[in-house]
Amino acid sequence: MLHIFCPHCGELRSEEEFHAAGQAHIPRPLDPNACTDEEWGEYIFFRDNPRGIHHELWIHAAGCRQYFNVTRHTVTYEILETYKIGEKPGVTEASLAAKKAVAQGVTA
Amino acid sequence: MSQINRLSQGGRIDRSQPLSFSFNGQNYQGYAGDTLAAALLANGVDVVGRSFKYSRPRGIVAAGAEEPNAVLQIGSTEAAQIPNVRATQQALYAGLVASSVNGWPSVNTDLMGILGKVGGGMMPPGFYYKTFMYPQNLWLTYEKYIRKAAGLGRAPKENDPDSYDYMNQHCDVLVVGGGAAGLAAALAAGRSGARVILADEQEEFGGSLLSTRETLDGKPASDWAAKAIAELEKMTEVTLLPRATVNGYHDHNFLTIHQRLTDHLGEVAPMGQVRQRMHRVRAKRVVLATGAHERPLVYANNDVPGNMLADAVSTYVRRYGVAPGRQLVLSTTNDYAYRVVLDWLDAGQQVVAVADARSNPRGAWVEEARKRGVRILTGSAVVEARGSKRVNAARICAIDLKNHTVASPGEVLDCDLIVSSGGYSPVVHLASHLGGKPTWQEDILAFVPGEGLQKRLCAGAVNGIFALGASLADGFEAGATAAAEAGFKQVAGSLPKVEKRHEEPAVALFQVPHDKSTARAPKQFVDLQNDVTAAGIELATREGFESVEHVKRYTALGFGTDQGKLGNINGLAIAARSLGISIPEMGTTMFRPNYTPVTFGALAGRNCGPLFEAKRYTAMQAWHLQNGAEFEDVGQWKRPWYFPKAGEDLHAAVARECLAVRNAVGILDASTLGKIDIQGPDAREFLNRVYTNAWTKLDVGKARYGLMCKEDGMVFDDGVTACLADNHFLMTTTTGGAARVLEWLEIYHQTEWPELKVYFTSVTDHWATMTLSGPNSRKLLAEVTDIDLDKDAFPFMTWKEGKVGGVPARVFRISFTGELSYEVNIQADYALAVWEKIIAAGKKHGLTPYGTETMHVLRAEKGFIIVGQDTDGSVTPDDLGMGWCVGRSKPFSWIGWRGMNREDCLKENRKQLVGLKPVDPNKVLPEGAQLVFDPKQSIPMTMVGHVTSSYMSSALNYSLAMALVKGGLKRIGERVFAPLVDGSVIEAEIVSPVFYDPKGDRQNV
Repeated sequence: MLHIFCPHCGELRSEEEFHAAGQAHIPRPLDPNACTDEEWGEYIFFRDNPRGIHHELWIHAAGCRQYFNVTRHTVTYEILETYKIGEKPGVTEASLAAKKAVAQGVTA
Repeated sequence: MSQINRLSQGGRIDRSQPLSFSFNGQNYQGYAGDTLAAALLANGVDVVGRSFKYSRPRGIVAAGAEEPNAVLQIGSTEAAQIPNVRATQQALYAGLVASSVNGWPSVNTDLMGILGKVGGGMMPPGFYYKTFMYPQNLWLTYEKYIRKAAGLGRAPKENDPDSYDYMNQHCDVLVVGGGAAGLAAALAAGRSGARVILADEQEEFGGSLLSTRETLDGKPASDWAAKAIAELEKMTEVTLLPRATVNGYHDHNFLTIHQRLTDHLGEVAPMGQVRQRMHRVRAKRVVLATGAHERPLVYANNDVPGNMLADAVSTYVRRYGVAPGRQLVLSTTNDYAYRVVLDWLDAGQQVVAVADARSNPRGAWVEEARKRGVRILTGSAVVEARGSKRVNAARICAIDLKNHTVASPGEVLDCDLIVSSGGYSPVVHLASHLGGKPTWQEDILAFVPGEGLQKRLCAGAVNGIFALGASLADGFEAGATAAAEAGFKQVAGSLPKVEKRHEEPAVALFQVPHDKSTARAPKQFVDLQNDVTAAGIELATREGFESVEHVKRYTALGFGTDQGKLGNINGLAIAARSLGISIPEMGTTMFRPNYTPVTFGALAGRNCGPLFEAKRYTAMQAWHLQNGAEFEDVGQWKRPWYFPKAGEDLHAAVARECLAVRNAVGILDASTLGKIDIQGPDAREFLNRVYTNAWTKLDVGKARYGLMCKEDGMVFDDGVTACLADNHFLMTTTTGGAARVLEWLEIYHQTEWPELKVYFTSVTDHWATMTLSGPNSRKLLAEVTDIDLDKDAFPFMTWKEGKVGGVPARVFRISFTGELSYEVNIQADYALAVWEKIIAAGKKHGLTPYGTETMHVLRAEKGFIIVGQDTDGSVTPDDLGMGWCVGRSKPFSWIGWRGMNREDCLKENRKQLVGLKPVDPNKVLPEGAQLVFDPKQSIPMTMVGHVTSSYMSSALNYSLAMALVKGGLKRIGERVFAPLVDGSVIEAEIVSPVFYDPKGDRQNV
């Protein structure tokens, strides 16, 4: 059972209090009518299924009822950060790769 | 029969407390402090069961959780039956009733055993698949008998008399295992002030310290264990959980512990006590001190009763005062196993010989045995056991380890007990539950826990540290580190002194070579519980199963309740040798929770019977019960389904209730409808975006029906929303959709449109709703309210505030029946009193309470949809013929608008909602029936839709239905057919779904 830090409540709480709501950072197109059927289909039906870092939307359903984002590793289930809606993730596949590259002595 | 194998002294049993018990119908006696296994051995019981596949007689092998054979059924009554109990883990209590789980007619004369004997060689892995494959339709018949012949116990057929519970715990350090390393870890962590839980699966803390011949500070190791436990008991932040198996290591340091609180007292818990408890622990740090299991050697007939683990025999002798035999032969690869020889001699029994696979063992224990006159055959091993229901001899041969061959004809020695030790396998199960791969450590010939992402440390034997002193030190350090990582200051402490002795390394031997090939030699068992042999594993690799996971599945190695405790490494080693690769190249299989079986009771805890799921009742529940309502579950709600009068069935009651509403007045408890209070200056704009229709012009005091769609344009909820003030609305949702809709509103507000000033609050439980419906409803309501009910003052689709039954109320003039209706909303606390006042006043108006079934019929007569019954997530508003509810010119592209304009949603021939009128007015179409246009076509027929709602209408005197039919709206007047399972066909005419009062005159009066 995951242990999730709710950024609104400021506490680590058990997964039982939360619901997952799918992939995060998928903004609704500002002008849906300007979307082609394909673009609209992409927006509503298609989601990533990565092996590794995944940014997800969760709600603290049995707590503060607020949505927030979770950066989770889909293989280890490690939660690397949680952050509020509107904020950008601090940990991404790219940032991890850059860290690793630096550790191996590679610089840009 | 007296306890023929009981030693006259020694052990941690209480000889002053004899306990009687029965096994397979025979009565025996043991002592307090015994496990069931110890008591059975004390009584000379050799055969405890028949094996899973070959039905061979089997006896007790081990003394702990790794026991593969003595898996028994316990219970004297049907309700108290407990399957899957390891006799080695069950404390003896007075009156215990145990029996073998297989063997027919009895374990001693087993008919299946004949099949095992004559057919043994003909039952290779995959035997059942290969033999009973054809004809395929007979598999079910075969399976019934195969299952009966196999089986590992049975579940009780009566209700469990016991109660179980959960406990949620948090701690700084969870120490798993109360042996040497675990106790040291708990002491180190506990002394730092950390909150510690120490869980151990046995009856007593101490693990191997309770039975080892080694000393600590010059005294028996058990003395030190007792001192450590006494110190831990005094620490207020330390919780000791005995008889508690840590069964699962789950994500983010969440562990489940199965504690058996009363299983040592009797088969049913004493009055008022909980039998078992599941601790759900979130630990900052975990110390795994799970120890190691001795690994048996794999030799011919190594399953005959009287073949045991070396360490287990030491435990029986020293901890339980039981000598399970007289003449012992040891086959070993290491120094540690010599302890059993010394223990056996101390107990006054005879050691026939030791076969040591090493060429020149000179360790301290080896020399001690030599000094005491034990015959040691070096470079040798037990190649074959002799005997059928009990070992009577062992054949020992010189073996060539390098070429894996027998190097001498050997000799046959009479004995009644063969003990073996191929080294120790660390118990890496918990460390691997989350996918951490164990790593092979060549110097100790075992897998140890690999890297794990969890915040855990391993200590002692599980790390491959088998020497007592080193294990204690490792545990102490792990406990101190864990506490420090959890934020506590380390406290210095000293460890007891251990005797120094010369130890020599073990050699690698898993399967002992035989002069015949593995396939032709007598069976050499690897996994006793699943009857997997060395030959079976070799066959699997020959047949192309090269991955360890495939070998496991083909042979059943490490399956079921056993989880590979004894056989896993031996099996891997044999497969690796057969494939010509190394053990680490072979790798291990996955280990999964649970480590040992858990009862369903413990998993369920209190969540069973009436507490299985939360129930929700409306404020009028007491009245419904008094008035004989039958109930229907709607989500968690209990809703009155219908109110039968004496002698009425569902149909009669519903027919009466329907007519009462159409001709007089009915009352419905509609409290369960979801109610969401929406406030804020942008509330109206928000409604515009989430509903399909327009809300800009809804005046204060008015109400409107709305449809909600998902972004794909499909209907997902509906309801009436009223304007209470310009910035205040009350939304109603379907009963089942209330929580879903609230989350829906929140996700759009919080993630897409946070700039809109609007707030949502669920008020479902705050307001109770009673619906008065029927031509007499105005007259009736007028008697109990101060609100002006004049049809012009209070028109259809408006609401008023006032008093009903003397209590403040909101009354909505809306209708789900097509009749003149009022929905009276009262604060829930006052609702029952108001309801009773209305009931009293309603007598002279013919007021009839009605339930959800009547509500469904009445709305279907009017063609009103129920979302989730007439829709299924693939239906747009246009498909429902509800295009009037779509705001096509709203400026904001509201949720669903873009979706319902996709090419596919605009096709003409989509399934559309229509009414169906069966040609025979007495035939009611089954809901869900598939429809076709041509009933004479060949099967498979082309299906064109299905029935969504169907009822007999007492008001119209004919049956009616709603259905989704391909292109249905253009087919009004045509016929469809519903071919039914029984071969009959119901023919129906496609009509408008509005059957009753199509102009809507009745609700506008």
